[in-house]
Amino acid sequence: PGRDAPAQSRSNRTFSMLEYVLACLCRSRPHELVGVVGLEIHAQIQSNTKLFSGSKVGFSAPPNSLVSFFDASLPGTLPVLNRRCVEAAVMTALALNCTINKKSFFDRKHYFYADLPAGYQITQQRRAVAVDGQLAYSLLGGRKRNQIQSRTVRIKQIQLEQDSGKSLHDDQRSQTLIDLNRAGVGLMELVMEPDMSCGEQAAAAVRELQLVLQALGTCQGNMSEGQLRVDANVSVHRPGEELGVRTEVKNINSARFLSRAIDYEIQRQIEALGRGEAVLNETRTYDSKSGFMPEPNLPPLVVYEDRGSVPAGLLGAEGVVVLEGLREGLPELPSVKRARLVRSYGLLPEHSFTLVNEDGLMEYFEAVVKETRKEPRKLIGWVTNELLGHLKHHNLSVSKCPVSPSALAELLELQEAGHISSTVAKQVASLSPSVCDSVSLSVSVRALQEGNKKVLNRLMGLVQKETKGRADPVLVRSLLEEKTS
Amino acid sequence: MLGIHQIYGRRRVQLNIILPLLCRYYYASRTDNMLSTNVKTLRKTRNTPSRPVTVARLYSSNKHNSKVPKVPTWEPLGEDRIPSLPQVSSDLVDKLERLALVDFRTKEGLVCLERAIRFADHLNMVDTTGVEPMDSVLEHGQLFLRGDTVTEGDCAEKLLPLSNTTVEEYFVAPPVGNKTSTSNRH
Repeated sequence: PGRDAPAQSRSNRTFSMLEYVLACLCRSRPHELVGVVGLEIHAQIQSNTKLFSGSKVGFSAPPNSLVSFFDASLPGTLPVLNRRCVEAAVMTALALNCTINKKSFFDRKHYFYADLPAGYQITQQRRAVAVDGQLAYSLLGGRKRNQIQSRTVRIKQIQLEQDSGKSLHDDQRSQTLIDLNRAGVGLMELVMEPDMSCGEQAAAAVRELQLVLQALGTCQGNMSEGQLRVDANVSVHRPGEELGVRTEVKNINSARFLSRAIDYEIQRQIEALGRGEAVLNETRTYDSKSGFMPEPNLPPLVVYEDRGSVPAGLLGAEGVVVLEGLREGLPELPSVKRARLVRSYGLLPEHSFTLVNEDGLMEYFEAVVKETRKEPRKLIGWVTNELLGHLKHHNLSVSKCPVSPSALAELLELQEAGHISSTVAKQVASLSPSVCDSVSLSVSVRALQEGNKKVLNRLMGLVQKETKGRADPVLVRSLLEEKTS
Repeated sequence: MLGIHQIYGRRRVQLNIILPLLCRYYYASRTDNMLSTNVKTLRKTRNTPSRPVTVARLYSSNKHNSKVPKVPTWEPLGEDRIPSLPQVSSDLVDKLERLALVDFRTKEGLVCLERAIRFADHLNMVDTTGVEPMDSVLEHGQLFLRGDTVTEGDCAEKLLPLSNTTVEEYFVAPPVGNKTSTSNRH
């Protein structure tokens, strides 16, 4: 459990059909079974050292080199809480509108597993550091996928806990290899209420959470590297009736796969119930609430509202967390960023949603805006539809985009001035092999302007190639000469 | 501590050790009224050899006020006053075996379990109305927070030798997935 790879062999065609069907179901058909999805998310805190020890937090280090005596749970060692981890949890809680518990407690959760050397994990079960928040997220829906649908999901609680080590299974030699570098790293566990009904919503909520955590700097949020781990609890029921039996979907390392895995599980349960079978909960064969005891080595964690409420002896000491300062220091959250883009550039909400959603796209767009006198509203379509569409088609991230912002800006200026048609501009932006040429196009134009006539022929050749010989060579030549004189 | 005395030689040092000892034996043997209040002679209860334990608080004018009661303040609980023991079901034994990774399904094991539960049942006789459960003696204190700087780690060469088997800087454990305990994974 928790270690098996989830099934990956589903065809693309089945899933797009499935998503459509479930999307219809999501729009409340009262007598149909609908999915209920609740997420438990473990976010690895971005800090220099671990939660309860002074070992370094790092990746790809030699096995067991980032392990202190406490992490190896040698007798005689005690936990000492890292202030940065508390601040990270509190900042995340503030960004998600949670109520901060000024006093919270630590507990031990006992279970046996080879990568948990102490035999227990220090967590916060009785009283977590924050409760009762919410995450607002959006989906692009509608037939053309260009309508913003806003939703919220309630956050039940945010708690601090330890991460476990890593186990590598060596089935050949019938043994497990244990690396404790990750043991003791701080995690924030975010428990969400089951307010979602399909995979698409879950993926959108996780994406929004990623953006929030990255903006705060409390977690890098990289799912594929295990910095953000999502477990989904999935059940089905008829709206209005009580909830069905939950099953867990675990060990997912991408938001897209999360969406598919959840939808698959919903469909599986619906079909099973349709055949008259019961939904079996295989992962929870015991009462999950057992095995807890208060952590006797740790007094309550206290956070203060403002400097005034800190007792005199502690003021000025390093070991104090004050909410007022953290609240004021919160960076710009994604929702605020989107609103700012709409205001400054006169964009539609769905445009700013896409800009913020894709890593680096907002910076790219702002760079293009700077290089041209065109209105941002006229540029946005090129960036979010043409460029982004083709980037996705070639499976490239924005950082690997071969067309630089200034090249795109020049291209669009040429298009605006009528020297190349929209079709040509689109073809250039489509990142086909002639992409390199479009870059050299802008270079050549500049060279021409500086009086290098030889470049004119090359430019002619490029234009003919782009237009597939459809342009009138005489006209093109005279236009180019005019433009570059 | 011996710094100054070293200058004056060993004789001083020896005097510092012997003097309190002499005082102790002297005062202990005296029955002087003023000083005898500082001395308490406790005798252990029956069934043990009665060697008196002498508690002497030298140089103190306060009366030695022992918190240990002279006679037991509790009454032993009759077996009949404890509520009767519910049967230990097979499911419960299953669950306990899984949580504790201990096999105790033998006759002796079950008897031991029942006795242990019986012993713990004594606690139910205590009246705890209005008393909050205690977590630890630290519970009225406050957690100290450490700064986020690297101060330890990088000691694989000290940790790995502690294990019987290692493979290329990894600790080795039996294969996971055979024991039922693995279903405990969150």
